[in-house]
Amino acid sequence: MTPNLHLWLIPLLPLVGAVVNGMFGKRFSRQTVSGVALTFSGAAFAKVLVIAAQFSSLNLPHVETVAAWIRAGSFQADFAFYLDSLSLVMLLVVTGVGFLIHIYSIGYMWEEDGFYRFFAYLNLFMFFMLTLVLASNYLVMFIGWEGVGLASYLLIGFWFTKDEAASAGKKAFIVNRIGDFGFLIALFLMIQHFGSLDFTQVFQIAYSRNVESGIGLLTLIGLLLMVGAAGKSAQLPLYVWLPDAMQGPTPVSALIHAATMVTAGVYMVSRSHLIFERAPLAMMVVAIVGTLTALFAATIGICQTDIKKVLAYSTISQLGYMFMACGVGAFSMGIFHLMTHAFFKGLLFLAAGAVIHSVGGEQDMRKMGGLRTKIPWTFWTMTAATFTIAGFPPFAAFFSKDAILYQAFVSPYGSWVYWAIGVLTAFLTSFYMFRLWFLTFFGEYRGEEHSSHDEHGAASHGHGIHESPKVMLIPLVILAVLSICGGWIGSERFDKFLAPALHSDSAVMESSAAAHAEPPVSETLLSGVSILAAIGGLALAWLLYLRRPQLPQEIAHALGGFYEAVVNKYYVDELYAVLFVKPLLDGSTKILWQGIDRDVIDATLDNSAEGSRKVSDTVRHMQSGNIRSYAGWVAAGAAAVIVYMVWMGTR
Amino acid sequence: MVPLSYYLILGGILFACGVTGFLIQRNIITIFMSIELMLNGVNLSFVAFAAQWHALSGQVFVFFVMVVAAAESAVGLAIIIAVYRNRETLNVDRINLLKL
Repeated sequence: MTPNLHLWLIPLLPLVGAVVNGMFGKRFSRQTVSGVALTFSGAAFAKVLVIAAQFSSLNLPHVETVAAWIRAGSFQADFAFYLDSLSLVMLLVVTGVGFLIHIYSIGYMWEEDGFYRFFAYLNLFMFFMLTLVLASNYLVMFIGWEGVGLASYLLIGFWFTKDEAASAGKKAFIVNRIGDFGFLIALFLMIQHFGSLDFTQVFQIAYSRNVESGIGLLTLIGLLLMVGAAGKSAQLPLYVWLPDAMQGPTPVSALIHAATMVTAGVYMVSRSHLIFERAPLAMMVVAIVGTLTALFAATIGICQTDIKKVLAYSTISQLGYMFMACGVGAFSMGIFHLMTHAFFKGLLFLAAGAVIHSVGGEQDMRKMGGLRTKIPWTFWTMTAATFTIAGFPPFAAFFSKDAILYQAFVSPYGSWVYWAIGVLTAFLTSFYMFRLWFLTFFGEYRGEEHSSHDEHGAASHGHGIHESPKVMLIPLVILAVLSICGGWIGSERFDKFLAPALHSDSAVMESSAAAHAEPPVSETLLSGVSILAAIGGLALAWLLYLRRPQLPQEIAHALGGFYEAVVNKYYVDELYAVLFVKPLLDGSTKILWQGIDRDVIDATLDNSAEGSRKVSDTVRHMQSGNIRSYAGWVAAGAAAVIVYMVWMGTR
Repeated sequence: MVPLSYYLILGGILFACGVTGFLIQRNIITIFMSIELMLNGVNLSFVAFAAQWHALSGQVFVFFVMVVAAAESAVGLAIIIAVYRNRETLNVDRINLLKL
């Protein structure tokens, strides 16, 4: 007998926080607002911890139905929650990292107007994200899926008076719609062919089918799900919204656009692994999209100068790794990297936020430098994160990234091409991260002097470069520890933990087990190559940005047009503008607005109004006010009726 | 026995007189009387048909019409008195307060 865990409490607690702060927050003091936000997000975290503590005694998967929702004929979708090792990992990441970022936000957002609004949105996001993760069918998952999109939109546009922020929010929302469209079609296909959206039932049906060789139903569903995942997780070709999303406050970038929401696509694909395992073609597409995205975003990341934009492209690239893992069938490694990524990328963003905070809102790395000694705590935590993402052992990402690369090489779905591109990306990752690190913390300070040279002199000393408050540093330190130690669980043990949720005993997996028994290359060798790539990136960054700072300029000149293309993000935004936005805008303006709306719909109404006015104008003369003319009309009418009756009678 | 058509023609003439009077007269009381004339033209054809077909319902209708006409006269005359007190005229063309 499994105890009732009251899973519904987990998402509901942050919702209560959001409602309280959203409705009454305006009258609360900042202390109360942060107290409410922390209490409810912390309570959710505590609840998850309690569940984690008794996890081993549970009967998995643990499904709890809260209420019936839709019952239409044989189709049925309930408000039900689903707990297994996969959702537990996600729950821990979302509530844990989310709670830390809540704490950090108190310090970061303290000076901002709309403090309460920020925390209301943040808690709302937690609610939807937890709904997404805990859902027991695709429909409830879709609620969460759309909800996090909404929260993301609200938070990107948090400074809505700024034009770029408002349009960045819109961009994120609209690009996500494209992905959601694919997701929805996949759901419709499931309803039509499986008659259910419930995970257990859908997977049972998928499991009972044969592996599809060409494009079959499961392949189609898988591809459409991947479209949805590509939108939410910013993969090619729908990644364009994520860099713009950096207009939001930095804690939002850390929580939503690095640690949790953007990984929803990876979670969804892993959750649907039984569908994908029956559709090798869909798997291949996932792997290719992931691999290309990883490389593509990493190359753009090299040339960005905005500290947050670098991290944004790095996030896209890392998400590409996760999809690569899913695509080669190593779903558990994808989730493993998701977890370590949540730690180190959350940390990177928070540390970047602390840097931005300390230099007074400057985000351009060219105007930083030499901050090492001025903000030592931030420096050291950032260092931990940088070494982690670059893949140095024994930091967390070394284990997860290495496991992915290894799987990409040996898995029956994999190929050495994925591995080679993965290693190249690892090298690029290491390079751009150390570039960021050197530019920000080493060399001379290149920004404007805030404290000594301005007219206020010593009086404005407090506005100079300063370390962030403790409330921001504590989450940094905790995340730094997690980034360093998070990988020590080891991919093997993590894999075993997730096995009940992510493994099937299909023939493919057996052959993969056979591959495990006799790996074509040793893991040590592959690890060695990726460590070399990381060191190479570090060395190159050191050479270019610390030792010979004029060299990057020369290289840029030598590369000419290619460099220009990379700096301008390969003109993808411009391409989309020409291909989609402009035709749509022109079509809407010329055809739909000026053509149909103004010339057809408006014209019809205008003309009919004008016509009836003219008719009325002539007819109104009947209404003379002369009582005898009225009587005459009555008599004439009566006479007409009589004539008609007589005519009818005689016919 | 007088044929039915005689009654009907007489009724028609009465009705036509009523309509004509209604349309051309200006005095409100004359108009009122014209209405009574029309009603009586109709009444005549009612009783003529009733006698022809030996059906009582035509006569019953006539009683109803007479009762309603009496009630209408009572109300109508009261209104006419009220109008006259206010406007000091019975010419319908000058009683046009509702006209814009």
